[in-house]
Amino acid sequence: MKEVTIVDCGTGNISSVMNAMKKAGANPIVSSDPKKIGRAKAIILPGVGLFGYFMQELRARKLEEPVKKALEEDRKFLGICLGMQVLFEESEESPGTTGLSAIGGKVVKFQTGKVPQVGWNKVEPSKKGIVKEGFAYFTNSYYPMPAGKEVVAANSNYVIDYACAVQRGNLLATQFHPEKSGIYGLELLKRWLEC
Amino acid sequence: MLTKRIIPCLDVKDGKVVKGKNFNKLEYAGNPVELAAKYEGQGADELVFLDITASIENRKTMTELVKEVAKEIFIPFTVGGGISMVSDIAKLLNSGADKVSLNSAAVNNPKLITQAAQRFGSQCIMIGIDAKKSEGKWKVFTQGGMINTGIDAVEWAKKAELLGAGEILLTSIDRDGTKNGYEIELTKSISESVGIPVIASGGAKDPESILKVLNEGKADAALAASIFHYNKYSIAEVKKYLKENAMAVRL
Repeated sequence: MKEVTIVDCGTGNISSVMNAMKKAGANPIVSSDPKKIGRAKAIILPGVGLFGYFMQELRARKLEEPVKKALEEDRKFLGICLGMQVLFEESEESPGTTGLSAIGGKVVKFQTGKVPQVGWNKVEPSKKGIVKEGFAYFTNSYYPMPAGKEVVAANSNYVIDYACAVQRGNLLATQFHPEKSGIYGLELLKRWLEC
Repeated sequence: MLTKRIIPCLDVKDGKVVKGKNFNKLEYAGNPVELAAKYEGQGADELVFLDITASIENRKTMTELVKEVAKEIFIPFTVGGGISMVSDIAKLLNSGADKVSLNSAAVNNPKLITQAAQRFGSQCIMIGIDAKKSEGKWKVFTQGGMINTGIDAVEWAKKAELLGAGEILLTSIDRDGTKNGYEIELTKSISESVGIPVIASGGAKDPESILKVLNEGKADAALAASIFHYNKYSIAEVKKYLKENAMAVRL
């Protein structure tokens, strides 16, 4: 069974990600130990809550450096929801807080429609990859705006079109929650494990 | 395009699913984990578990049940009933719940909404409003429908949003379990008064009544219990009907 390390930074629904990874056939380990994360082969960064608070917790736990290193070395990595947003440089949610800056671009707030967006929305792949077409579960007030289009793996529409998944090398990040997207999500997790 | 959600609700008492009428007259309706798995298979978009006696008897919600459900179910689920402190919320979310629904405690202590939203994010803080018409106005009731707070339901919904709520779960006590159709007028006025999603509850009768509350009531999601528990309609049938009537749903 493939071992995956889920980064625990005190926020985020760790147990949902654990349960889904088990179901997808992985052996998930939860850790907030910088050393373990520093040498983990496959990392998941889940997250819900505030951008600024999440980065603050990541720094307080000395996890920013090992997570950045994993991203620089292009180790297998999955960012979910806020765990996707913090991969960017900054967010309108927490002005002044720097993100992990692994992907160029910023995170901005929905200006129309009910906020947060809550529910199932269509994921439309923009290139061939492990993200397939289907419905996934979203709950977000902010969305990522990558600086370069080449990283975009799929788009979704909530009044406007935006990038709901990015993929670059061994990095995959989704604005939706694959761990809560039924069979569609479990299959994506399986493909991520296998690729 | 965001789809409208169909949410079966499982009222839980002593670890079993029950269903009542007008918040009373309970009948046994099934095993929570089995029913949850059945509904996920039928295409439910989310699930809501309400510990319906917790608020009255001041019991804490069912952490063990939440853990069991979380292992089997891979769609979002909300837990409500008897949640009165930030530590209760932490326990439920850590056990695998995706959201919590705060009801009486939020009315008695509105600061709880803000504290919870700041710590866990608005996306997991749902505010349950149990409303009933009293002297021609919609009032908020607490303690499982027993206490009329005198608070205007629309005003409370607006305030809850300002305090940090991420969703409103609106239940009409008069319609609960009656299969008389949803309270359209109330749902519409709350949905149009807030910028967060509103889940309509109470009175689901048939697919037509669900279409009506989504269309005319402007609800973002419809919650139902009786019509699904007793196999009157499956969730798949309801969603198929909605799709045939030009409503965006996940099929």
